[in-house]
Formats: sequence, structure tokens, C-alpha cells
Amino acid sequence: MAERVAVIGVGLTKFGELWTKGIRDLAIEAGAKAMEDANMNSKDIDAMYVGNMSAGRFAGQEHLNALIADQTGLNIPSTRVEGACASGSLAVREGMFSILAGQHDIVLVGGAEKMSDVSTAQATTGLMGAADEEWEGFHGLTFPGLYALMAKKHMHDFGTTREQLAAPAIKNHHNAIMNPIAQFPFEITTEKVINATMVADPLTLLDCSPISDGAAAIILARESVARKYTDTPVFIGGTGLSTDALALHDRRTLTALDAAVRASKRAYEMAGVTAKDIQVAEVHDCFTIAEIMAVEDLGFFKKGEGGKATMDGETQIGGKISVNTSGGLKGAGHPVGATGIKQAAEIVMQLRGDIGKRQVSGAEIGLTHNVGGSGATAVVNIFKR
Amino acid sequence: MEKTGIVGYGAYVPKLRIKAETIADVWGQDAGRIINGLGITEKAVPNKDEDTTTIAVQIGKNALLRAGINPKDIGAVYVGSESHPYAVKPTSTIVAEALGVGTDYTAADTEFACKAGSAAIQMVMGLAGSKMIKFGLAIGADTAQGAPGDPLEYSAAAGGAGFIVGKDKKQFIATLNDTFSYSTDTPDFWRRPKADYPSHGGRFTGGPAYVRHVAGATNGLMDKTGTTVKDYDYVVFHMPNGKFPLAMAKKLDVPKEKLMPGFVVDKIGNTYSGCSLLGLAATLDCAKPGDKILVTSYGSGAGSDSFSITVNDLIDKKRNLAPTTEDYIKDKQYITYPTYAKYRGKIV
Amino acid sequence: MHKANVPMAWRRFKSKYNLVGTKCTKCNSSFYPPRLICPKCRREGKIEEFEFKGTGKIVSYTIIRSGPDGFEKQTPYPIAIVELDEGARVTGQIVDYEDSDLAIGKKVAPVFRKVYESGKEGIIHYGIKFKPEN
Repeated sequence: MAERVAVIGVGLTKFGELWTKGIRDLAIEAGAKAMEDANMNSKDIDAMYVGNMSAGRFAGQEHLNALIADQTGLNIPSTRVEGACASGSLAVREGMFSILAGQHDIVLVGGAEKMSDVSTAQATTGLMGAADEEWEGFHGLTFPGLYALMAKKHMHDFGTTREQLAAPAIKNHHNAIMNPIAQFPFEITTEKVINATMVADPLTLLDCSPISDGAAAIILARESVARKYTDTPVFIGGTGLSTDALALHDRRTLTALDAAVRASKRAYEMAGVTAKDIQVAEVHDCFTIAEIMAVEDLGFFKKGEGGKATMDGETQIGGKISVNTSGGLKGAGHPVGATGIKQAAEIVMQLRGDIGKRQVSGAEIGLTHNVGGSGATAVVNIFKR
Repeated sequence: MEKTGIVGYGAYVPKLRIKAETIADVWGQDAGRIINGLGITEKAVPNKDEDTTTIAVQIGKNALLRAGINPKDIGAVYVGSESHPYAVKPTSTIVAEALGVGTDYTAADTEFACKAGSAAIQMVMGLAGSKMIKFGLAIGADTAQGAPGDPLEYSAAAGGAGFIVGKDKKQFIATLNDTFSYSTDTPDFWRRPKADYPSHGGRFTGGPAYVRHVAGATNGLMDKTGTTVKDYDYVVFHMPNGKFPLAMAKKLDVPKEKLMPGFVVDKIGNTYSGCSLLGLAATLDCAKPGDKILVTSYGSGAGSDSFSITVNDLIDKKRNLAPTTEDYIKDKQYITYPTYAKYRGKIV
Repeated sequence: MHKANVPMAWRRFKSKYNLVGTKCTKCNSSFYPPRLICPKCRREGKIEEFEFKGTGKIVSYTIIRSGPDGFEKQTPYPIAIVELDEGARVTGQIVDYEDSDLAIGKKVAPVFRKVYESGKEGIIHYGIKFKPEN
């Protein structure tokens, strides 16, 4: 690659139930914060990529590319990108490619989701649009159900225990306390997770990420331009995208996301690093089992040992590898389209070294792992100082 | 008119049961007295995802297993029930689609209280006998309704049976020798549109209703065929409860043992349109070649269809090709009254 | 919200009422839900309709306690991924079970059941579920 693409600014709204804000308010707020962070004016932006899963279902609003550009006061090329819960990271890739293709110098990549305007049942049903509607949703399967099927099999095959399953949620809630945008900045315990309302056996309410509103934005720039705006550019060193069967029943295995394994291989290769080099990672913990599988699929731990490693504290801040310092989807919230961008923003702040209390000291290489649906889309992006 | 016969038969009873004493507890009634009075100890109830259509499909699959015919050779599908899931839209076409009958068939849903299934048998006998069709499928199936606290709640059950009727003697498991019906306008039991539960005339459902019609059709059939009770090895009378058929047997001098193989009401309740057909299926499950069976249905409103049936050699080969009625009766799981109320839509 | 409208539901009756999938006669792989292209043979593959027996075993299962639209009143209900004897894997509910039947590896057989209703006035959706086989 001739020239590298850098992240020169990040912006995040609060994540949670934001009753006074609609999707356009959220998107604009995140974009404005990112521009402020990059010390730039919106006139400097050449193009925009917007990650969003389901504004049509959740807000009755499609055509977000034009809406967000218009509300930003720009008439620039703007593209909406959709890949279920991986929409945000897909948008990052598209923004990066548009710069590498020589089309643009500075690109704003944003992601937003407004989910609390509909009932929980409607939100649950809407999210099932990311699975196979005709052959999974038809039977009454839900997203917690899909991940519960994986959890049950993981426990069966590898002896992962109920306590180990709770470990990512406990760690991520703890990390969320240090993140000002987090939806759930409070501690939980193993007992609380295990005794919470059962959603889909073995997953309880506290194994599940919440329904959230929120937006995130990052500003990408070609390396030569980036230095004009910041002394601490963070580069996208590698990216990998892979897909798999939409329906869980059509996959090779229930205990790994093959798409994530393939995406990470490609990203590692492109970045010229291995799993061992990663110091900080934001992984897609939509459910506790998802983080356990993620740290295995990414090569941080052997298959089947993700639960034990998490329980042993190897993924806490300052552990062998710091995972989900933001609080992850579980602690910080999961406004679907914004999640991939938030992950990128978190890693960028970690590598810049200006993230505050949750700083992983000496972090130079970080990774985001963003999954669409139950694993049909996986994007792994690697960031370097 | 050619003689027709049963080339395949199938039964189905849902797995769930509720005990009479469980229901009696809820209403503060004396369980012993109820069980003794109605002659029913428990009844079969549909699971939350079972309805007349799903019951009829399972019956049809079992009948096809025994018949061993190509489902596309079935030219008529009739499903008799008083609990069709749709008020308008046939159960029978869903059943035919699920059984792979194809498109070249006639179909309709029948309703005549508890004798909609036996009426369907007569319809396919007529069509097959007159060579309009090769095979006809007649099913009686119900998920019967009983209002909370009503005596019917102890008896109204789910299940049914069905028969594939053909005209090729070589394929007959049992020959349908003859049939006779007795019908009048007698409002002993009814349900108006949009009413959730049926109404009934209490003791009026006995003498002028059940007794008059069952006896009328049974005697009419025996007169027509020149037979007497002694000519029959087994007898099935419609079983609205465990008392009426026994009283009828006594009245017509039918020894109790001839009734017993088809006497399923005490263990599963009254399956309405499926009831007398289920009695016939249970009887075929244990009959020997050469045995003669007399079946009389009863439907409120009111009418009875009586059939004279002779069992053929094929029965021994066909019987075990599908689960027997007894297999279904034995495979059971008890539920509580709240679960029953939930599943039957009494509370949600 | 996700409830199928009438034509959407109707065009799948054949594959929903029975396990009618497809098979690639070139490599002998069978597919349920039906696939129009064999992922192994692609353009060289030859796809034909194929009906599965429906018997198989549980690969994994869960019990749904919080159901989506149309299933709210059905909870709790177990749902499983079942590996059919012919090889394909399928999602379906488990019915008529004892608690001990919910186990990975448990043998199951197909049953035709009601899946959900499009409200009190809409159509009734039927499909294949599985019951434990002893």
C-alpha cells in the first residue's frame, strides 16, 4: 500500500436510552465532536460513509446518507453502508478504500442507531432481520436464542462453565465505569449474572447487551494530509472482511465464527502482525459467549479456553491482552450501527494515549472485531500508532 | 354402486392430559363423584401448537403409512370437526398440502357436531363407490371446547382418526358393508357464531338426543342389512362420556366386552368429531380377519351414522405400519389447570 | 413486524409443511432449507428437489423465555438446531418433550405443528417441529 490512511478525529455521543434525541440529532452530535477533535471544519470533509442497520424499522427513516449529509450542511458524496451489527466497521472499510482509491483526502465515517423509539418486542423482532428470517425467525428464534445455541454447544464441547460465561459481562461492566459515554457504568457480580432473568437458556438478561441509542464518528485522512491536523495520527494497518452462512444452522461449527477467523487472518496479514502483537482489542460482545468465542477466534487464546482466560483476568485492563476497555457492547451499550465506529474510536484513543483512567499503558497496536448477525459478517480492523 | 372399503386408517391423540380430579379441585367439586358420574378419569388436550389441522395431518400421515398408496391418487379430502381453526378457509386443503395430495382433488370441511367425521366417511364412500375418485380421505378431528366450570370441561378432548376409502377389494383392510343414517332437528347442543364455548340442553342431551338417534341408526342398519347384535364381534357407539355408550349397549343387548376394544373415552375423553372414528381405529388395532364391527356415531343437532364393517386378512399386515391408538393413549404427560387454561386460550 | 405477509408465507408452504429441500446430484449434498446453487459444485452442480425423512439429532438447543412478535404467548419454548440423518441442519422447535429430552445428541422426529398466528385475524402459519424419539 503506497500511502496509509489515518484516523485524525473521533466523536461519540452518550450511549443509552436518549429520549430527547432522534437519529439525526445523534449522528450530527457525533460528527461535530469528531470534527472538533480533529480541529477541522466540515468544509474539509470530502465524503461521508454512514453505518446504520435498521433506521427504516426503528425510526421509519431510510435514505440516511443524504439525510446526514444534509443535516451536516454538506452536499458531498455520502453513502449508507449496511451489514447488520457490523455496519459501522463496514463503513470504516469503505471510507478507507475511497481514500486509497485516490478519490478523497478526508472522509467522515459515522454510525448511528436509534432503537428505543420502538417496543422491546419490536426491537427484538427488528434485530432478527439480521438472521435468516424465513428459516430461523419463522420458528420463533431470537438473537439471544442464536447465541444461546452457541453457548450451549461451547459449554458441551469445551466444558465452559456458567461462571466463566459470566466473566466478560463482569469485566466489561467494570471497564464501563471508566467510560463517560457508557450505558451501564456499574459493577455486577457472578451471582447477579447467573440469577438474572433467564432470556434464552443458558443466557440471562445480564449476558446480553442492551437496546441502545447512540452514534459515533471518526475522521479518516490520507497520511500526507493527516499530519496537517494532528501530531498523533493512528493508522489503519489492516482490515479483513469475511462472510458466512446467514443462518446459524448452515455453518460449519457453532463454537467459532469462521467469518471472524478468516477476517482476522486477512487483517493480521495486511498489517504484518500476529495475534500476539495486539495489546488492546474491542470485540463484539453482543452476548457474553460472543466475547469468549471472539478471543479464541482472534487467536488470543486456544479454542475452548476463552472462558477460563477471561475468568482468570487475562483480558482485563493490563492483563495479557486488554479486551473491551470501553465496556464493550455489554457495558457501554450497543446502538447497532454505531458500534463498529465506537470500537474504532476506543482503539484510536487508546493508541493516542489520551483515554484517561482506562488507558492501557504503552498501547501501540489495537484491533476491532465487529460481527453482523450471528456471525454471517465479520470485520476485523487493525490500528497502529 | 361398488362396494368400498378401508385401505388405510390412522389415529392421533395429543400427548397432554389433564386429570378429572385436577379440574374438580379448581371448581371445588367432588372428583370421585364426577369420575363415577361421567366415567372419565382424564382427557387429552392439545398442546399450545396443536389444532384440528395439525391433528388431522398426523392422522392423514398415519393413514397413508398403512394404505401404502401414492397420496396423489387421493381424489377427495374431507375433514370433519367442530373446531376448524378458520371460520372461513378449509382445514382440508392445508391437510392435503401437507400430505402431498397434489392438486387434483376435491375437498371440503364438514361440521355436524360430533358426527362430522362419520359424515365425511359416507361422502367418500359415495364418491369411491360411484367411481368418481380412486381413493378418498375422511378425517374426524377436534380440539373440543368446554366452558370453564361446565361439566363439558371434564370431557371435551382433542384427537381423532381418519380413513382412506377405496374401491379395489384387494386393497381392503376392512370392507364397508353398508351404512345407515338417522337424522332429526333436535337442538341438544350448539354453538352460535363468535361464541367461545358451546351450550347444551343438560339432561335433554340424553333420551331425545343421544339415545333416540344412536338406537335409530343402529336398529335401522341392522334392519337394512338383516343382521342382529349377535352378528357383530365388536360394537362402537359414540362416546360423549363413559356412561351413555354403556347404557346404549345395555339397551340394545350388546355385551360390554364387544364395546371395550373401542372404548377409549375413559382415558382420553370425548374427542367429538374424532370420537367414534377413534373407537373404530382402536377396534381395528385389535380385530382379527373375519371379525364384524358395528359403528354408530352421534352428532348433536342431531343425527347418527351407523356402519357395518367386515375385517379382512390385510389387517394383520397393515396394523403395525403406524402407531396404534393405544400407543398414543399410553404416551402421555399431565398438565396443571393453569397450563391447561393457558394452552386452551381461556386466559390469554 | 417480521410476520410474513400472505404471499411470502404461501410460496414456502411446500418446504415448510414437509422438509422439502434440494439436492445436488453431482456431489450428492442435500440442502434444507433449499438452495438454488450448490456451494461446492456451483455452475457444474445439478440441483433437484429432495424430501428429507425428517429424523435427526439435536446439535444444540435453548429455551426461549422472551419471544418475538407472534411468539410472546408461547414462551417458554425450546428451539434446536437439528442435524437431519441425510446431513443438512435445520432450526426448529422441540415439542412434546420431557426435560431430560433436551440434550445434545438426542434423537428427534418431525411433527407438523402450528408455528405462529398473524394475530387473531390473520393467517395461521404451520411448519415442522421436532419431538424426541425413544
